[in-house]
Amino acid sequence: MSQATIDADTRPGALGVGAEHPDYLRADSGLRSWLLTKDHKRIALMFYVGVILFLGLGGTFALVLRTELLTPEQTFIDANTYNQMFTLHGITMVWLFMIPAIPTVFGNFVLPIMLGAKDLAFPRVNLASFYVYVLSAIILLGAMLAGGADTGWTFYVPYSTTSPTAVTWMGIGIFVNGISSIMTSVNFIVTTHTLRAKGLSWHRMPLFVWASYGTSIIILFATPVLGMSLLLIAIDHTFGLSLFNPRFGGDPVLFQHLFWFYSHPAVYIMILPAFGVISEVVCSFSHNKPASYRAIAYSSLGIAFVGFFTWGHHMFVAGLSEFDAGVFGALSMFVAIFSAIKVFTWVATLRGGSISFATPMLYFLWFLFLFVFGGMTGVAVATQSLDVHWHDTYFVVAHFHFIMVGGTLTAFLAAAHYWFPKMFGRLYDERVGLLTSVAVFIGFVFTFLPQFLLGNGGMPRRYFTYPERYQWLNVLSTGGAWLLGAGLILALGNLLVALKWGKRAGPNPWGSRSFEWITASPPSKHNFEETPEIERSAYEYTLSEEVARERAKAR
Amino acid sequence: MSAQRLAEQFETLEKQDHAARLGMWMFLGSETLLFGALFAVYAYYRGMYPSEFVQALHHNSVALGTTNTVVLITSSFTVALGVHFVREGKTRLTAALFALSTLFGGVFLVVKGIEYAHHIHENALPGGMYSFVEQPPAGVVLGITLYWFMTALHGLHVIAGMIMLAAVAVLCLKGRYGTHRFVAVENVGLYWHLVDVVWIFLWPLFYLTD
Repeated sequence: MSQATIDADTRPGALGVGAEHPDYLRADSGLRSWLLTKDHKRIALMFYVGVILFLGLGGTFALVLRTELLTPEQTFIDANTYNQMFTLHGITMVWLFMIPAIPTVFGNFVLPIMLGAKDLAFPRVNLASFYVYVLSAIILLGAMLAGGADTGWTFYVPYSTTSPTAVTWMGIGIFVNGISSIMTSVNFIVTTHTLRAKGLSWHRMPLFVWASYGTSIIILFATPVLGMSLLLIAIDHTFGLSLFNPRFGGDPVLFQHLFWFYSHPAVYIMILPAFGVISEVVCSFSHNKPASYRAIAYSSLGIAFVGFFTWGHHMFVAGLSEFDAGVFGALSMFVAIFSAIKVFTWVATLRGGSISFATPMLYFLWFLFLFVFGGMTGVAVATQSLDVHWHDTYFVVAHFHFIMVGGTLTAFLAAAHYWFPKMFGRLYDERVGLLTSVAVFIGFVFTFLPQFLLGNGGMPRRYFTYPERYQWLNVLSTGGAWLLGAGLILALGNLLVALKWGKRAGPNPWGSRSFEWITASPPSKHNFEETPEIERSAYEYTLSEEVARERAKAR
Repeated sequence: MSAQRLAEQFETLEKQDHAARLGMWMFLGSETLLFGALFAVYAYYRGMYPSEFVQALHHNSVALGTTNTVVLITSSFTVALGVHFVREGKTRLTAALFALSTLFGGVFLVVKGIEYAHHIHENALPGGMYSFVEQPPAGVVLGITLYWFMTALHGLHVIAGMIMLAAVAVLCLKGRYGTHRFVAVENVGLYWHLVDVVWIFLWPLFYLTD
């Protein structure tokens, strides 16, 4: 069990950080200094609280769903509530947790520091982005209380235009949420272009920056299309715009095209930042440079690009011609090629490294296993002939949860542990961290592995009841969900305890060479005492510590 | 003055201005896709119902649409002139030109309003409210609906642009902008050009279909 090793930079001083100025947490005090802050680190922490709350809410919806599916007939909620639950679970998890989670929390916090910048390019836009997120959350929560939604998170017409639930406000809430995403992504792109420290060329940047950059591009160009299609649904629901109404010659399938033109790239909005986190974690904990820096960096951009041309694979049974479906299937498989390049590069990075098994590294291993599993089944469902069999069954549910939860949530947890000392200057309890990580993994596998079997056996998704022969797999899945929930709560508890009672971390507890660790932990309000000068890449583990420190000076 | 306006995260004013410009271009790219989605819907439905679209848009007044096109292009020209003069420090001239452009925006909206009033009178309304002809053939309603939705969305952008133009005009008079500082003026100008460009696509699609 590796305790964190302090093998670089100076020993902690009186404040535990070795900084002349107080760190950003103590720089100002009072509620005002938080709510009106323009410091990217404080904004990141406010987002952190927000996304954790919504992870809890979305998780609660999921547990209600799973508990209902414990028995073949009605267990404890009625069918309408069940429809509400899976819709609200999807909406909460996708827009209020998964999309903002890694970029707005960890991206906001470490991206400027990684670049050697004092802040993002537009600090006020960053703060506004937080409040727009809060506004969207209020609208969505209000809509949940005032009727909810029972359309599924995809809002397919014609049902979404006639559903008696609060579809209009859901649409507006998601539209507002998109504005928040766009603000953050503009900030990231401009910051990466204009605020790199002296000497920090593109190919010296930490890989997390590349991933955030790719994500931002997708957000910028895909989100408006989603916003527009949901706005059309919202107006249709209230005023009868009828743009997709066959009575007036409209085509409901067109809505699916618009929706997936965003929502498929949205998958990459959710997974690319996770790739970035994993790249950082694998290098830091194997103390090795990536097997191929460029392969990881460019494959992110490759995914960002190809991701725009794969949306049709959601519509194989919606009347797409066989030729189109074949083309979309083949294009979808390109994503698998780029992803495989990444996976192989990460694995090759371990070779010859000096590996320490701290909690983030363990999450990396879970990620590797779950993501490969999810990715391979992705290739399977991108194949038209197979998808016809699996479409709208639990097989698909299991597939995308392997990517979204097994990939993104696992990476989120890896990041939460990896950057915890950076954000708060303290170390979490490593043993509890490892144990909760194992609980999360086992819980996850028990939740979703049975769902592959259920889907393959023919159990459709979104059904309230099921034949008795599916019950034992559903019981396994529900048990797993509860274990997963417990693991997440314990992991959160471990971090919360460490917030107050954790050991002082020192500036660089993992011995990482990445640039966010060259300043104090937690950093001072302006991140660096002096403007950094960078004369090496972010992964120079072959250099001795002194030389590495000398070549990336900042304090 | 200029040392004051340099935000702490930037090293030089040039870089800060470059960042502001780049940010605006990114935002405009995003805006393009907002309209892009609707243009895609238009293309799809017009491909499905070519003659119905012509029929639906037949009663749009080419004269009024063209007038509006001329008004908007002229306003873009005055905005461009304003941006040119602020760089030379002639801020009062810029303020006047931006005020004039705002006025052109107002003229555009009035003309659009006259058209809308006419459509309402004819009952050429979007979606379920449409009752222009008995038993409308499929496709006509889609054309009208898209016309209303896209021009109304564009109209909202015109209003937003007018507010920005007016604000910049006032700030120019107050001496906020000049040779030392004009990137915000340029950015508002860019936004107005986008509004103009969108209309240049809307004009043939909704008025020149005959």
